[in-house]
Amino acid sequence: MDLVQTEIPEGFTRSAGGGHTEEYYLNMGPQHPSTHGVLRLMVRLDGETVKEIVPHIGYIHRSIEKMAESQSLIQNIHLTDRLDYLSCHMTNLGLCLAIEQGADVGVPERAEYIRIIVCELQRIQSHLLWWGCFAMDLGALTAFLYGFDEREKITDLFEELCGARLTMNYFRPGGCVSDLPNEFIPRILKICEHMKTTLDEYDNLVSKNMIIRERTQGVGILSKERALSHGCTGPVARASGINYDVRKDEPYGIYNRFDFDVPLGATGDCYDRYTVRIEEMRQSIRILEQACKDLPDGDFRSKEKPNYKIPKDEHSFSSVETARGNFSTYVVSDGGKTPYRIKYRSPNFSHIGAINDMASGYKLADLVTVLATLDPVIPDIDR
Amino acid sequence: MAKIIPRPQLSLLEQLYFVEVFKGMALTIKHAVRSLAKPETIPVLNYPEVQPELPAEHRSEHRLMKRADGTSRCVACYMCQTACPARCITIVAEESPDGDIEKRPATFDIDWLLCVFCGLCVEACPCDAIRMDTGKAILVEDSRDAFIANKDRLMDWSPADYPAEDIISQEAPGGLLNEQALAAMQGGMFSAGDVADVADKETC
Repeated sequence: MDLVQTEIPEGFTRSAGGGHTEEYYLNMGPQHPSTHGVLRLMVRLDGETVKEIVPHIGYIHRSIEKMAESQSLIQNIHLTDRLDYLSCHMTNLGLCLAIEQGADVGVPERAEYIRIIVCELQRIQSHLLWWGCFAMDLGALTAFLYGFDEREKITDLFEELCGARLTMNYFRPGGCVSDLPNEFIPRILKICEHMKTTLDEYDNLVSKNMIIRERTQGVGILSKERALSHGCTGPVARASGINYDVRKDEPYGIYNRFDFDVPLGATGDCYDRYTVRIEEMRQSIRILEQACKDLPDGDFRSKEKPNYKIPKDEHSFSSVETARGNFSTYVVSDGGKTPYRIKYRSPNFSHIGAINDMASGYKLADLVTVLATLDPVIPDIDR
Repeated sequence: MAKIIPRPQLSLLEQLYFVEVFKGMALTIKHAVRSLAKPETIPVLNYPEVQPELPAEHRSEHRLMKRADGTSRCVACYMCQTACPARCITIVAEESPDGDIEKRPATFDIDWLLCVFCGLCVEACPCDAIRMDTGKAILVEDSRDAFIANKDRLMDWSPADYPAEDIISQEAPGGLLNEQALAAMQGGMFSAGDVADVADKETC
């Protein structure tokens, strides 16, 4: 039997073989634990060195953009929960902002503050989960449990706020579904206070460990130019030194009222992506404290419109900063109850495209590190 | 403002690996001691034996609210059926024997296999007739047909399971406010919402 594969698989630039040893192809996934979902990476290997990576996506395609065309604008909000499920408040907000822009709906002052508070809580929650999974992918299971321990406190808050732990469906055009429950703000401040000390503790646990430093520093470098050409956003782009944060550059909601820094990395390696996310959690705590201090009284939802229709041929666009980057929503209306077309721009899709630039040339185990620091959410890519 | 995070150089002690690894071990032991000494602080349950306490807002199985005489509060207006993104609610309306109310549901079916538990039906209901606060979050049945809840099953709940502050639940038969609500109904205020008015609470 001929074991040497002669034809080049789709996506690869050249066939295996020709090096000083025999190159071969390997499938990583779609059921590999480190791919965080059903992502299939086809890699061309020389021994243990990764030569080329071709990601194959689409294993959990649910045609959410097509489904959106048969459902009303309000009914679409619960579908955005199922895109980036770890930052579903932010994806909810993206669609709500687009509807508000098209249907000309105002948002009360209190609702704006509630949105900021909830979104920043979710950013911390998402990064805590990433921190746990990142350490677990590098072989430290204990950190995974600590990350989930802290995350649980925020998830409990969300459960009381909107009745669900994962698929929140909380924001609506013109505000939120319900007001904050009693004793919510003191509990958030308590979590912020607690997080400040534990975050330092946990950061030291991982970042001062020599094994983790060796495995992340200088590994998976994404240059500024390559990050720009792949369309990377969020912590991945910021780790490469691109000063772009939707909250600063195109402020939506009332983000321009808050004082926070945009952390940047210098080299764009895995360690920079780690430190940028840890620093983002600290900045989120800063925003939370400011928002909780200024939270005004008033309505949590505007009562001006009973139903939401975007006028014919109106195009509305919004972009929000999720925990992973720029999430944009583009709604085209034909004047009816349902949208003519909704297009979502997910940050993870661009990040997966950049994986070949990041991980080729390193060992196979470093591919796992790169994947972990990319923090991909596969349902957001496949939709 | 953007700021570049400097990469701190590790001190010689930290580079030795052993010092930091023992510090990490100390943190682990701290957590282990905490979970032994104060087990209530760890967010872990002995799951099948100990069930989690769900908050009242948790979106779980639906229930249909009842008036003081045990009939459904639903007026078959189809608002929930229209709002449902999963199209899991099926209502068949019939004429109501009461003169003040036009319709009532002849059948009211929810297919829990289709339901996505988004809560839009609760939000859409103008009469506070459907709620998702039963706290039954785990649905286990033998067949697919058993997942389709009919009107009787949705109305099979007891006011004793709900807090005393929940006025509308307590007006149902067997509830704390049932007698009061029945008296108000005989006094000409048919809908339980009127009783809630009397109790100075939100109206239907």
